[in-house]
Amino acid sequence: MIREYKTIEEVAGPLMLVKQVENVKYDELGEIELPGGDIRRCRVLEVNGADVLVQLFDSPAGINIAQSKVRFTGHGIQLGVSEDMLGRVFSGMGEPIDGGPRILPDKTLDISGTPINPAARKYPSEFIQTGISAIDGLNTLVRGQKLPIFSASGLPHANLAAQIARQAKVISDSGADNAKFAVVFAAIGITFEEADFFISDFKKTGAIDRTVLFINLASDAAIERIETPRMALTAAEYLAFEKQMHVLVILTDITNYAEALREVSAARKEVPSRRGYPGYLYTDLATMYERAGRTKESDGSITLIPILTMPEDDKTHPIPDLTGYITEGQIILSRELHRKNITPPIDVLPSLSRLKDKGIGEGKTRDDHKNIMNQLFANYARGKEAKELMVVLGEAALTPTDRLYAEFADRFEEKYVNQGFHENRSIDRTLDIGWELLTIFPKSELKRIKPELIEKYWPYNDDGTPRRELAAR
Amino acid sequence: MVTGKILKVSGPLVVAEGMRDANMFDVVRVGRQRLIGEIIEMHGDRASIQVYEETAGLGRGDEVVSTGAPLSVELGPGMVTNIFDGIQRPLAKIYESAGPNIPRGIDVPTLDREKKWEFTPAAKPGDKLVGGDIIGEVRETEIVTLKIMLPPNISGEIVDIKAGEFTVTEVIGHVKTDGGDIVDLTLMQKWPVRFARPYVEKLPPNELLVTGQRNVDALFPIAKGGTACIPGPFGSGKTVVQHQLAKWSAVDILIYVGCGERGNEMTDVLNEFPTLKDPRSGHSLMKRTVLIANTSDMPVAAREASIYTGITIAEFYRDMGYDVAIIADSTSRWAEALREMSGRLEEMPGEEGFPAYLTSRLAQFYERAGAVICRGSDRRTGSLSAIGAVSPQGGDLSEPVTQATLRIVKVFWGLDSALAYRRHFPAINWLRSYSLYKDRLEPWYLSNLGQDWIDRMAETLRILQIEAELDEIVKLVGIDALSSDDRLIMETARSIREDFLQQDSFDPEDSYCSLKKQYSLIKLILSFHDKAKAAVDAGADLEKVVTLPVREKIGRAKTLSNFETDYPAISAELDSELEALAAEAR
Repeated sequence: MIREYKTIEEVAGPLMLVKQVENVKYDELGEIELPGGDIRRCRVLEVNGADVLVQLFDSPAGINIAQSKVRFTGHGIQLGVSEDMLGRVFSGMGEPIDGGPRILPDKTLDISGTPINPAARKYPSEFIQTGISAIDGLNTLVRGQKLPIFSASGLPHANLAAQIARQAKVISDSGADNAKFAVVFAAIGITFEEADFFISDFKKTGAIDRTVLFINLASDAAIERIETPRMALTAAEYLAFEKQMHVLVILTDITNYAEALREVSAARKEVPSRRGYPGYLYTDLATMYERAGRTKESDGSITLIPILTMPEDDKTHPIPDLTGYITEGQIILSRELHRKNITPPIDVLPSLSRLKDKGIGEGKTRDDHKNIMNQLFANYARGKEAKELMVVLGEAALTPTDRLYAEFADRFEEKYVNQGFHENRSIDRTLDIGWELLTIFPKSELKRIKPELIEKYWPYNDDGTPRRELAAR
Repeated sequence: MVTGKILKVSGPLVVAEGMRDANMFDVVRVGRQRLIGEIIEMHGDRASIQVYEETAGLGRGDEVVSTGAPLSVELGPGMVTNIFDGIQRPLAKIYESAGPNIPRGIDVPTLDREKKWEFTPAAKPGDKLVGGDIIGEVRETEIVTLKIMLPPNISGEIVDIKAGEFTVTEVIGHVKTDGGDIVDLTLMQKWPVRFARPYVEKLPPNELLVTGQRNVDALFPIAKGGTACIPGPFGSGKTVVQHQLAKWSAVDILIYVGCGERGNEMTDVLNEFPTLKDPRSGHSLMKRTVLIANTSDMPVAAREASIYTGITIAEFYRDMGYDVAIIADSTSRWAEALREMSGRLEEMPGEEGFPAYLTSRLAQFYERAGAVICRGSDRRTGSLSAIGAVSPQGGDLSEPVTQATLRIVKVFWGLDSALAYRRHFPAINWLRSYSLYKDRLEPWYLSNLGQDWIDRMAETLRILQIEAELDEIVKLVGIDALSSDDRLIMETARSIREDFLQQDSFDPEDSYCSLKKQYSLIKLILSFHDKAKAAVDAGADLEKVVTLPVREKIGRAKTLSNFETDYPAISAELDSELEALAAEAR
């Protein structure tokens, strides 16, 4: 039997204290009925004797201590899931908001999830072709990876995420596997315009039919944002691990999520760690990000792309910092490249995909991939250094070799990184552009490429005529 | 058995009343699901309990039962090749019985209770033994012989002892203690994780722990029984360095603790180690490895315990007289777990919210490492080396965990993100890193590798140091301002960095580099410096010297497997090319 309590003692910010309750459990979902009949939702944060401290998901406006009633549901926060969720739009708390009917749930799942046993994980190793050279060639994404985009205000991270969602496919198998592809998109406190950009992009490409959207806009209750990514991940887990689909989850913007978490933590007067964020921010983020992956029990996978904006473009800010420690690499966008009109403005040097080594090479992409990747990285890094030196000392102060590297850095940005948001390059094309760029160096400078690969793939003869056919697209 | 009732639940912290008779640090079972917890504070009737599992669904009045024993690990055959969680539950078994996700309150015995092990006694009835004496052995894997020892706190006379096949709980014999009690002997013993296992005496660590990593062995070595830390911002290759050390360190037993890190990393170890061959034994690396995994999505309280679980298992193997290493990735996550519990207990925080006892806890952990004379009458020696990764927030080494760690450990491998961006791996910064074992290891180097090794490595570091100074000048006034001697030093330093310090962990040939090869390689690189200098002094053109074709071969030398024949060939080529240049100059 569900009991109702009229014993609200305190409401302060997102927190509420209810006295003299019985049999209420930690992390339980509660409902508050306002005098006007409005229902608000809350979650138990602490049980202390007969009192419980709850966190509200909506604004406390209108809660009347004397009149409002609280009841507890006997379970945690849940999401009803089914395959019919594809193509639908939900609120940040999982209610349909597209005017369609309610979902008839196939299953009702607790949104907090349970840890994946590392002995049951399957190591991600299938190459995903995003069609973006800076990612495919240098920071390769694989199925089941969690690869965040570190962006900053004013940078086109939304375009990049949409491009990935649009172009991502697996090349090793023929279509059949790609057909089981789905996108779960969670808007966490972003503006209407940004959310609309994604939705219309999904509509334009027809992707909307295989997309589940969870939308918490900037105007929605901030505290609700704490649950939005978990809703999305619960839906993704169902599709991936029960329906064997390959799910790409995009969470944007994690910075808003962390701020909501900070709001609750501050209201609870917890001892803060850096910049006022709670000490458990790492653990909290990890319990979300770690839900990505693959297991031995299922053919499906969850590939996770969280997007976050770095306050003041600062990578050492706690949110990008802790994210970087959990995720398997990061794609960093650069304001400098953006100003130079390089799109997508991916700063390849600090970007990283930790899982790339298992996803590239013979049988996955091409046998020269690893070598050429290392060579491009090293030469671009040296070229950037040479350019810095050039700024201080002038071009004349560089050795001829260094001048070559500086020129390479410019060409690399122009030809390799700068491809626009609509060009979809095959991996062969990406690798061959790399080869073409490297031809400005004498072969002896290419120490990171095995001589037999240079022999096999070098694009031109000594007289400048083509040695082999390069991939065109 | 003490039974209490829950009063308060706040995340992993549960307060229960009616616990007056329970002991501090007793393990308790909480609620209907019998979640595992540990008492960490007592206030009169009330016990504060940290629960090692997710506490959702617990409420006031739920039952708390004390088991009357502190948090302990089971030590016996079956640990090697296995993967456990932070409180030593077998993850592979849990996967078999519960599926891919870890449910709460699951109860699976740590060591397989069914499996029979062939026991060969080494003691006989009538033997008078002391704690730690070896009474027999069990072949745990092809390369690990588990010595069955008399528990450290028992000594007496063997009454009977049987050979044959036993499970870990079956009685293999009896011992009559000095007090006259008859005690059962089994293949397994238990030990509380928060107490260090006893030894007779600590020894100064004075033998090199060979890791096959050039940066480490040649420049910043760690001794057997030593302590080291690897701080580095994310993306600087901390995990790869840790994995490399785990793979190639010359130890008999390796304990890898994944503490609050990525699940896929543990899976990677699980997949990869069985396929790699130990360069010393020829068997797969997994056959000498124990994994402890508390991944970052697992409950935070168990993270605190995982480090202790790992080091207790390590001590157990050390007690048998083995060389053991424990690698913990990452101690920062462990410190954060301490911080979280401390916050929930409403303790007064120290720096950045970390508890004031952070330093002493870290010191206690690292102090359990060391080379020791083990318990037992044969005075065998064993060593336990501890290597911890640190994940400083924002890459800022002034943060409390890094600073506390640096005060304790003797080797510092400082990872540098600037090097990582340049794809210089391992990104160990040679200017910042240090090893305090160098002096202590000198006699070992002398008797095993000779004076020349010491001189060459000192020369290597000297050149790198000069390069850093010259680099400042180049940045200000350009490379043309340098004398040709200095130009050559810059070139040699580049060669040292690229051809010696950089080591490709994913290249089968380069991943492990024997000491002999390390020595031959640095000799080759430094010989270029000496010979080139002589040539330039004799009038050869510097630009031509540094662009000799042979330098490309030096650059690829580290990936050659037959270095004993190939390096002299490269060296001969160098001589002849320089000779040609000299002839031209004449």
